[in-house]
Amino acid sequence: MKAAAQARTAPPAPADQGGAPARRHTPETATPDAEIPAVATGLRATARLRATHNGRTTTVPLLHSDGPFHLRRLRPQGERARVCVLGAMSAPLGGDELELDITAEAQARLEVTTAAATIALRGATPDPATYDVRLTVGEDASLNWLPQPLISTHGSSLHQTYRVDLARTSHVLLREEQLLGRTAEPPGHLSTRLTVTRAGRTILDQQTVYGPRGPAWDGPAVLGGHRATGQLLLVTPGSKARPAPVLLGDRLHGYCVLAPLAEATALLATAVAPTLAGLRRLLSTALTHAVGTKQSV
Amino acid sequence: MHLDHPVTLPQRHTYSADPHRPDGSPRALRIGFGGPVGSGKTATVAALCRALRDRLSLAVVTNDIYTQEDAAFLRREAVLPPERISAVETGACPHTAIRDDISANLEAVEQLEQALGPVDMVLIESGGDNLTATFSRGLADAQVFVIDVASGDDIPRKGGPGITTADLLLVNKTDLAPYVGADLEAMRADTRRQRKDLPFVFTSLTSDDGIRPVAEWVTERLAAWRAGATR
Amino acid sequence: MSRTALLVLADGRFPAGGHAHSGGMEAAVASGTVHDPASLEAFCRGRLHTAGLTAAGLAAAAATGHDPLALDDAADARTPAPALRHVARRLGRQLLRAARATWPCADLDHLAHHRPGGMHQPVVLGVVARAAGLPPPEAAHAAAFDSVSGPATAAVRLLSLDPFDATAVLARLAGECDAVAATAAEAAERVASDGVAALPAVSAPLLDITAEQHAALAVRLFAS
Repeated sequence: MKAAAQARTAPPAPADQGGAPARRHTPETATPDAEIPAVATGLRATARLRATHNGRTTTVPLLHSDGPFHLRRLRPQGERARVCVLGAMSAPLGGDELELDITAEAQARLEVTTAAATIALRGATPDPATYDVRLTVGEDASLNWLPQPLISTHGSSLHQTYRVDLARTSHVLLREEQLLGRTAEPPGHLSTRLTVTRAGRTILDQQTVYGPRGPAWDGPAVLGGHRATGQLLLVTPGSKARPAPVLLGDRLHGYCVLAPLAEATALLATAVAPTLAGLRRLLSTALTHAVGTKQSV
Repeated sequence: MHLDHPVTLPQRHTYSADPHRPDGSPRALRIGFGGPVGSGKTATVAALCRALRDRLSLAVVTNDIYTQEDAAFLRREAVLPPERISAVETGACPHTAIRDDISANLEAVEQLEQALGPVDMVLIESGGDNLTATFSRGLADAQVFVIDVASGDDIPRKGGPGITTADLLLVNKTDLAPYVGADLEAMRADTRRQRKDLPFVFTSLTSDDGIRPVAEWVTERLAAWRAGATR
Repeated sequence: MSRTALLVLADGRFPAGGHAHSGGMEAAVASGTVHDPASLEAFCRGRLHTAGLTAAGLAAAAATGHDPLALDDAADARTPAPALRHVARRLGRQLLRAARATWPCADLDHLAHHRPGGMHQPVVLGVVARAAGLPPPEAAHAAAFDSVSGPATAAVRLLSLDPFDATAVLARLAGECDAVAATAAEAAERVASDGVAALPAVSAPLLDITAEQHAALAVRLFAS
């Protein structure tokens, strides 16, 4: 998180200083955590956010910032409550264990964004960082998860999971973008597992592994030299039609395919592009097609 | 243009495929059409469809080098309704798809039968290949090998499994013989020697009734097949 | 276990329709990204560690005896591209046809009965391996090797590549193939306790994207 990179002024406290855990504190909160071992190498943080519908509109009764996640309400857009995740410090670094838990309860309308790109950095330890995002969407609820891209930098190691649990009538729009290495830099190790269940049934289970531990990850079967890759998932219950795949892009600007999953209420766009800007263009075009097919987001 | 040998039809039980569909009803007779590129396989299939479609329920499976070309031709020519024509890809190896690994073709045949209801006969057209390409008995109950006069009058003499063992050999484009300097009598003699007792036809599909001997032959095969299948 | 059964099953000449499929190679050749033995090797390595690993996990789990219908659903969830789901079911159907004649047994009849439209090929492969008396790691091996042997053969036909070079690529990948099969078999051992989520789900964006591009072509040599 770019903003956080500057905000983080003090290096992690050495582990031998008065037995205090080597823990990076957010500027405003410092929740003691008994489970942290005396010698910790990374940061543990779980931020939580819950939106509910009070009969008239969507409210956000739970907004729990933690570690690098500073949650801030934005002005609602129509019926949709909006929350932005601000980076309060540089994260994830090696050894960090980060969780973001977002729930849109029945009938709630919620959009969550991030203020800046998330930058995975090497940190003080070679241990991998974990970043687990849980999105839970209730009946007739709608959640848009539209974060800024994740950038995997040289030497970093990050295991990312997305767990999306939908009820039968949930709507969800999820966009995920990754940049593998900053300019003229090879990426770190980045693995991402995206699991989506709908009414208890797994409709998408997908893992990608890039960087030094993903054999031939930039070869012709996987990314083919493209540095940016991403996906867009749109689940719209009730749409029975199974639209034909939409093919976008070209050799110069990257490629994108939008197509239905086996569970036809879900459309998935998968894209690769030379740059983040090109990737965003492809995914935005795909979204236009997807929304055109499925009337509402 | 004549059927050189009257067709006697000893029911050859050399095919391995079950003559019944899973529900016990007799399945369609499958006839394979093989032969070199440009000899007139697609034209033969098209002409047969036109000659028989009013009397019989027909379907066609094509094995194109490049998918869909032959199937597209047959659809364009409207020899059969489009749902009666199916194409399979052969991964650059047409002979593999009709002989060594027949699974895609079997599947195409069965899907046509399933979709169309009772079918009397499925014509399976091979991709153009060489003189050794023959149909597996697991795929085709009978096979027709198509060569042509214009490719050289020494082809029957050269022989090969297609020419010597096919159930019917069709020597096409006899009308071109004078233009290409082909000696039809020598070809006929060579063919007789290669074929021994097996039937062959010299014909020109461009003439009005050029397909008739082939149509008669397949009709007799069908009658024998039905007699065998219901035994 | 009969080791020869594995050779029969993994033989490229096993008549299960694989010869008409390039495993994404035709699209890669068309786009120019595979053009020589080095790029062929990179393609095969990438496919092995993504789609190959995922297929090997499903095959090992099916060979263990886990419910093939649940594994078929797991395969659907791991195959976001409709073209690849279609191809996987078609190849599964064709494999089942060949296997029912080769190793007749009730388990295979059960698959044909419950999914007449076909099941994902790796799941069928696992059940077939079991029918042939092969243990789960061997099923994983067959699936892992299948993920690279098909594209390598197709590259020879599409690029007129020296077949010795293409075979050398497969030989160089042998160690990685073994490792992928071992990883997949270990994951399959966890299915009993952790469910199908324990199985690998690794995917490759370009394989998914180019599969749809290839399926939309009017003119092509291979079915996929």
